[in-house]
Amino acid sequence: MTKLQNPIKEAHEPLLKRVVRSQIFIPFAALALLVIFNLIMDPTFFSVTLKQNNDGNPVLTGNLITILNNASELVILAIGMTLVTAASGGQDISVGATIAVAGSVMLRLLCGADAKADTMETSLLLAFAVGCLASMLCGAFNGTLVAYFKIQPMVATLIMYTAGRSIAAWINGNKLPVLNDPNFAVFGGFIPGVPIPTPVFVAVGCMIIIALVMKFTTLKLYTQSVGINSYSSRLNGLNPAFVKFLTYVILGLCVGVAALLKVSRSAINYSTIAKDIEMDAILAVALGGNALSGGKFSMAGSILGAYVIQFLTTTLYNFKVPSDALPAYKAVVVIILVVISAPVFRDKMSKMWKAVKGGK
Amino acid sequence: MQENAVLELRGICKYFPGVKALENVDFTLREGEIHALMGENGAGKSTLIKVLTGVYEKDGGEIYIKGHEKAVAIRSPQDAQNAGISTVYQEITLCPNLTVAENMYIGRTKGFGTNWRKMNKGAERLLKNLDIPAKPTQQLGTCSIAVQQMVAIARAVDMECKVLILDEPTSSLDEGEVAKLFKLMRELQAKGVGIIFVTHFLDQVYEVCDRITVLRDGHLEGEYPIADLPRVQLVSKMLGKELDDMASIRTSDTAGKSQGGTPVLEAQGLASTEGIKPFDFAIHKGEVNGFTGLLGSGRSESVRAIFGADRVTGGKVLMDGKPVKIHKPLDAMKLGIGYLPEDRKRDGIVGDLSVRDNIILAYQVMKGFFHPIPRAQAEKYADEYIRLLEIKTASSETPIKQLSGGNQQKVILARWLLTDPKYLILDEPTRGIDVGTKTEIQKLVLHLAEDGKSVTFISSELDEMLRTCTRLLVMRDRKMVGELTGEDLNQTKIMATIAGGEN
Repeated sequence: MTKLQNPIKEAHEPLLKRVVRSQIFIPFAALALLVIFNLIMDPTFFSVTLKQNNDGNPVLTGNLITILNNASELVILAIGMTLVTAASGGQDISVGATIAVAGSVMLRLLCGADAKADTMETSLLLAFAVGCLASMLCGAFNGTLVAYFKIQPMVATLIMYTAGRSIAAWINGNKLPVLNDPNFAVFGGFIPGVPIPTPVFVAVGCMIIIALVMKFTTLKLYTQSVGINSYSSRLNGLNPAFVKFLTYVILGLCVGVAALLKVSRSAINYSTIAKDIEMDAILAVALGGNALSGGKFSMAGSILGAYVIQFLTTTLYNFKVPSDALPAYKAVVVIILVVISAPVFRDKMSKMWKAVKGGK
Repeated sequence: MQENAVLELRGICKYFPGVKALENVDFTLREGEIHALMGENGAGKSTLIKVLTGVYEKDGGEIYIKGHEKAVAIRSPQDAQNAGISTVYQEITLCPNLTVAENMYIGRTKGFGTNWRKMNKGAERLLKNLDIPAKPTQQLGTCSIAVQQMVAIARAVDMECKVLILDEPTSSLDEGEVAKLFKLMRELQAKGVGIIFVTHFLDQVYEVCDRITVLRDGHLEGEYPIADLPRVQLVSKMLGKELDDMASIRTSDTAGKSQGGTPVLEAQGLASTEGIKPFDFAIHKGEVNGFTGLLGSGRSESVRAIFGADRVTGGKVLMDGKPVKIHKPLDAMKLGIGYLPEDRKRDGIVGDLSVRDNIILAYQVMKGFFHPIPRAQAEKYADEYIRLLEIKTASSETPIKQLSGGNQQKVILARWLLTDPKYLILDEPTRGIDVGTKTEIQKLVLHLAEDGKSVTFISSELDEMLRTCTRLLVMRDRKMVGELTGEDLNQTKIMATIAGGEN
């Protein structure tokens, strides 16, 4: 084949074209649209004010803070879900149930014998570690089924999805443990004197950690390679089953961190905690322009996708959409976003665009 | 349209980002003609066929088909089928989990109902007519690749096409099967079907074709009646240069002669789960040897056992005289063994990853999880090998699946060369690759041997093996049946050993 131009020149195609083609264009565009929509409809949406809360500490309030705060768990889960999707070409639908399990373990340890406690009975670090261990065990269970027994991820994780909340209830002895220790509420709320909600810091911390892991290990290359072609990955010395297994365990760790934020926010572990969060996590991955069939991925895309979802939810709340009707509105927006990001649609559009330009 | 032409392409153009795959190509196929489409890798053969069958949309030019007044628009494979163009691709594109009959009729039943009995009967008749050893109700995946290929042809034949395109149908067939295929092609020819035949085997072109069209670098080089284009001319047209390379590759036989002393790798009584009989094997420093035998004789299974690609069930392996354990590919890689697998698409490339990532993959895995190769270094490796092996790619960022077959193979070669192996196993490195690249790869093998590396080379083409190997191990029915060196290395002797019985 004849080269039209040398390869270096090719990198210099029009900036606009490169931006539009880039994978994280869609979540960025969605975010921009939401921002513009809110600017037109209600400019006060973006106001952020510094107030004093009941304990007399300065805190920032406003929709933007709410978005950053509430998206934290989703962001953390999206990180793990992206890896699982890339390596195994499927999704873990049990993360919500696993949050319930990890949350129960943490509260059970922290509350001690009584279901109700006003101070932490065990060291927080220990409870957190054991909780994470529990969620990583759940991840290992899912990972074993997927990687070694070659069960489809959706089916394999359906087991934990079904059983998880029962296990959580059993861990709590069917009681609702309540922990009213302000020191515990710090994780879901504010560190005294710091006006930004703690979950935001936790989410940012997770992002930094995954960025470092991807820089200083070959995690990205391995997961992508295994997800695209496990046969040739094996002949290149990789252990595809172990790589898949590992991604489920990593997701388990993410679930543990998210569980800490969730139970700290509510101080109790109610039975519907983090319900349906798995769907939002999967959606975040898809919105990030990642193929749900695995292979190449963009972590930044998934994280941005998570924020877009929360932005949308908060916007809808701001317009007083009743919480029952929320999913329907969300669905409409999601359909539009997903269709726009589908390669088929984008091909058609670029052809139409060419035709319009040619017609002039 | 010309008289008695069934298909005419005029001024076909097709562009990919950064590449002109086809530029103003004409092609004419006459009634009852077997027409060879020839060219190097990346010459545009596959692209032309994909344009013709609606897989790609053309960027310019017209397609005329007999029976249609005006130029026809082919936008999808369905359009092509309706226009009477049937295709059998190089890689099998049927569904392995459906039965043979279902595969033959898929997408062709009308309405919602399916008369299963009638379908199976029809399939059975066709299979019998064409002498294909498969049952209609058998799952396609359980048939050998060759039979699957023939089922694909049967499917195309049954669609009563005017134009039949065979894109490298013979690359996985053995001689008997090729003969059957040719018989079938001649029958169709007699019925007036025009056949476009794409192959890399020159013998086959001269055996069965009437006319040759040569493409080079996306341009039409010319169309010739077979009698007017002797072999040497054809090759030089394809390469676009006068041919001296082919002769010069036959190097002095001293290069890479097996020396005495401790072998680089020695296997005793090796056996694997794939059912090969325990075999002994040894290779010395700077030696090139090869496994030969018919399709399915166990050549690939033998080398897979050496590399640990299949589970080894018995035997001992010594490297430089010391016993070693190879349980999995990584063990072999760490001992300095590289393996280029037979099935490039399934076992070789990682399709969506860039050329760069594909090149560094094996080396990266050897370095380990916590030692990623820095981006700049990876870039350097990739550029180095792209230049060294003359890999034709828009950039090192291009996904490997967008490259032509020969260039993909070069990338896999680069991957293993980067690991600097002591011993390199090449299983059918030249399959489905044009003459020019074949020669390059053979030269590379001899170069490696001169540098003191050991190479095991497997090829379906005997003359290729004779050109490169100093020792041949002959396999038959998953058993090693002979070892040929020196004087015995000639076509007759090899054939006799492969065939077995009294010589």
